[in-house]
Amino acid sequence: MSGTQKCSGMENKLVAYLDGRAKPAERRAVEAHLAMCAECRVRAEEFRALWNAMEDLPVLSPSPAFDASLRARIAAEPVRRGFWEWLPSPRLAFAVTALVVMSVWLSSMPRIASNRTRVEAKVEAKVVQMAAEADYRMIRDLPVLENYDVLSKFDALSELPNSPASVTQEPAEQVQ
Amino acid sequence: MARTDVQLMLDVKAGDEQSFELLLRKYRAPLVNFLYRMVRDPGVAEELAQEVFLRVYRARKEYAPSAKFTTWMFRIATNLALNSVRDNRHRQMEISMDQSVAMGDEDQPAMQVPDDAPSIEQEMVARTRAEMILKAVHALPEKQRAAVLLHKYQELDYDEIARILECSESALKSLLFRAYETLRAELAPLVNSVRV
Ligand SMILES: [Zn+2]
Repeated sequence: MSGTQKCSGMENKLVAYLDGRAKPAERRAVEAHLAMCAECRVRAEEFRALWNAMEDLPVLSPSPAFDASLRARIAAEPVRRGFWEWLPSPRLAFAVTALVVMSVWLSSMPRIASNRTRVEAKVEAKVVQMAAEADYRMIRDLPVLENYDVLSKFDALSELPNSPASVTQEPAEQVQ
Repeated sequence: MARTDVQLMLDVKAGDEQSFELLLRKYRAPLVNFLYRMVRDPGVAEELAQEVFLRVYRARKEYAPSAKFTTWMFRIATNLALNSVRDNRHRQMEISMDQSVAMGDEDQPAMQVPDDAPSIEQEMVARTRAEMILKAVHALPEKQRAAVLLHKYQELDYDEIARILECSESALKSLLFRAYETLRAELAPLVNSVRV
């Protein structure tokens, strides 16, 4: 890439200029620069040539079985989903499992005097943090949910064991 | 008059399976090609394209036209492709490590491009060109690759691509500039020969 300082203004203008979608002010700026910069004139010419060459990629046809296979998958969609299928990520499933295991373990722990509360609080804090992180990652990894009102689809999340519920709510709200 | 994609999707939401068929027919090929160019494996591309339609279908009841249909669809497709590429890279690393352990050959590429049908010489040249382009596109960093495919081959608007890739329009334009700069260098022989 060119190191010329004066060309740096072209970086976010040249492509839109060449594909004809630049705004008039941007177009004028690019034209003024091209008039005085040979390097960018070559670049512009070669971008056009490149786009031309890129037309030559072969186009793949979907296989004849595509539709039938998709229909089969749609037909196989469960009408009513089981609890585990509502969990959209293995990490969340893991966190929920860990949560259940930990709370069972905690409640069955012998109540030995002084250290108990501190250990319990520490473990509980860890579990809450884990669940919150998993929940946050799940939402971050599922961008389909954003802006498309699909979040309501995951109503079932509110059915999760609700010990750390107040913590897990927050990231979900941030996404919207 | 033809219904818009958003109208079709709203009809799907209302229970009209026929409208889903229309969307499928319209976007099946563009999706398969976009995904093929993202992941470079035709089988995986078809599988992912079906997954995109499946997710669209699953989300039909909650569909609200807050974005263009293509923005939504290609966003799902892009994310599936990126995940698949990342998973595959892990697998390839494992395979190539196994290979180098088994054969002591570290120069071996992790995976060969499938080379299906034998062809006449002219076709070979065209195939070589196409393969060069595909290779160069595929060597781009993932986000640049997706940006180029959505810009060059799907011809989506800048605001759509920016929403799909979660960046500003200005950042997207710089991303495209850098991607095309790389491709210009990588494909110099093609670019020059076309220029004559
Ligand atoms: Zn310049």
